[in-house]
Amino acid sequence: MGGALITAGRFIGPSNPNAEKNSPYECGFEAFEDARMKFDVRYYLVAILFIIFDLEIAFLVPWAVVLDSISPAAFGAMALFLFILVIGFIYEWKKGALEWE
Amino acid sequence: MNNLHVATPEIFLLVAVCTVLVVDLFQTDKRRVVTYWLSQATLVITLALCFGQLGDEPVTAFNGAYTMDSMSATLKCWILGIALLGFLYSRDYIGERDIQNGEYYVLGLFGVGGMMIMVSANNMLSIYLGLELLALSLYAMVALYRTSSRAAEAAMKYFVLGALASGMLLYGMSMVYGATGSLDLATINNIIASAVEGGSDSDESVYRSLGARFGLTFIIVGVAFKLGAVPFHMWLPDVYEGAPTSVTLYIATAPKIAAFAMVIRLLVDALPTLHSDWQQMLAILAALSLIVGNLVAIAQSNIKRMLAYSTISHVGFLLLGIVAGTAEGYSAAMFYAVTYAFTTLAAFGVLLAISANGYEADELVSLSGLARRKPLLAMVMMLSLISLAGVPPLVGFYAKLSVLKAVIGADFLWLAVVGVIMSVIGAFYYLRAIKLMYFDEPIADTVEVSETVGTDTTKDNEAIVTSAPSLSGPIAVRGDVGLGLAINGAAVILFGIFPGLIMAACIRAFT
Repeated sequence: MGGALITAGRFIGPSNPNAEKNSPYECGFEAFEDARMKFDVRYYLVAILFIIFDLEIAFLVPWAVVLDSISPAAFGAMALFLFILVIGFIYEWKKGALEWE
Repeated sequence: MNNLHVATPEIFLLVAVCTVLVVDLFQTDKRRVVTYWLSQATLVITLALCFGQLGDEPVTAFNGAYTMDSMSATLKCWILGIALLGFLYSRDYIGERDIQNGEYYVLGLFGVGGMMIMVSANNMLSIYLGLELLALSLYAMVALYRTSSRAAEAAMKYFVLGALASGMLLYGMSMVYGATGSLDLATINNIIASAVEGGSDSDESVYRSLGARFGLTFIIVGVAFKLGAVPFHMWLPDVYEGAPTSVTLYIATAPKIAAFAMVIRLLVDALPTLHSDWQQMLAILAALSLIVGNLVAIAQSNIKRMLAYSTISHVGFLLLGIVAGTAEGYSAAMFYAVTYAFTTLAAFGVLLAISANGYEADELVSLSGLARRKPLLAMVMMLSLISLAGVPPLVGFYAKLSVLKAVIGADFLWLAVVGVIMSVIGAFYYLRAIKLMYFDEPIADTVEVSETVGTDTTKDNEAIVTSAPSLSGPIAVRGDVGLGLAINGAAVILFGIFPGLIMAACIRAFT
């Protein structure tokens, strides 16, 4: 199945390569330049804010899967966890961390 | 459920900090009066809750990850009391500067939470959790003074070296876990004790005791980093100097108590059977700290740097008590940690009081003529410094005496000799500061200062004094700060004359 899909994609898909497309892709930056260039601190900010919710999901999903078979204490613990996250969210919102400009 | 009541003070603290954080968001005034008082109220109530736990029977909670015993209850009370006074002293200093006031208190409270967890931890992971909660708060607090490039540099150094130390500590913990298969301190102790007893009879016990020894080495490195013992001390002077003085006060006081508790938990609770191994390492760390700390402090002209090297030398003394490896030694070290913390608190409190009106009192000369400018401040500073030097009848003398007694009792005569010689040498730089305060003239005001009208700061109880900093005029001290400093100074004398008041609790913690 996997082999068939790749082969099909190779033959059926349109292919218009150019220099830009063939160059290595690196998150919106030039791939080969001085490693010590400055870039916007807002990238880090967004990344940090993202981590909060990324981890939250990683934690929520297994919990949600077994929700039927766990005790009310586990439900309360997750509610507490989410509550603490919400406080962090209120903080970053009010501090203006979510505004791009 | 799981003895949840054991952690009541911590749970209350966490809820209250979250409240303070949210309330602070809706504050408009720059000096954060509401945040300040809410933070202080939080500390007072948490202190009351901890006070209620004094004398309770030891209990563990959260499946043994957390414990409440005599040591943790006593140390928590001291940590909270010291943080309370620390916030009081810091209030004007951070209010006047370009420091995020609300965040200072919130991070400070989170740090206190971290210290309480460290003190109460009964499991490798909870020790690490508390340590990181404290350390992350401290990194951010050092960096809070955003317009100061030295603060940013200090924060960077602290962060990199602190992360390295945490890594070492975790590596050591993982090795001990590998050797024993447990993170619980009591279980680790049992398994290693039977492995050491087994000697070279079976491969398993050889591997277990070898692995634990290997891990122990890394744990010692991590702990020495956090305490600031030579040769892992290089971050300490730079951080003390670069951080805003209020943050230096915070780093220099309560976390030392928490670090002491961490050493006790890791070495005495979990690895007492490897005592002969860690005794050797700690003896070398202690001797080096005493020598380097005291000798290098003499060469410092910056008072924060001088106090940093003084911290290093006192860490050496604190380690002496642990080297002794007896209950007497541990209680002497606990006494040392507590008394050192509140004595240093007074010294930094005075520095913060001098640093009024945007003036940064971080050079030794800024103490010149202090006795003429504000006798109370000079008095408290003198008490604190000669107590640190170890002059009777102040509390520092008794602390040194009990530590030395314990170390001699454990047949480490050479360490005691090093300790005594070095504290005599150390007396020089403490006395030099006292000479500056009492026998020297205040430094003359510069021209740019004298052009302002009100160089004589009147007894203005308001926090904001509009005149430019004067280096020779009298210093206005807020009533509550003055009272706090007076109590702090009185404690240095009182507990020096009646050391039994603290010592009794320290002895109870290790019986």
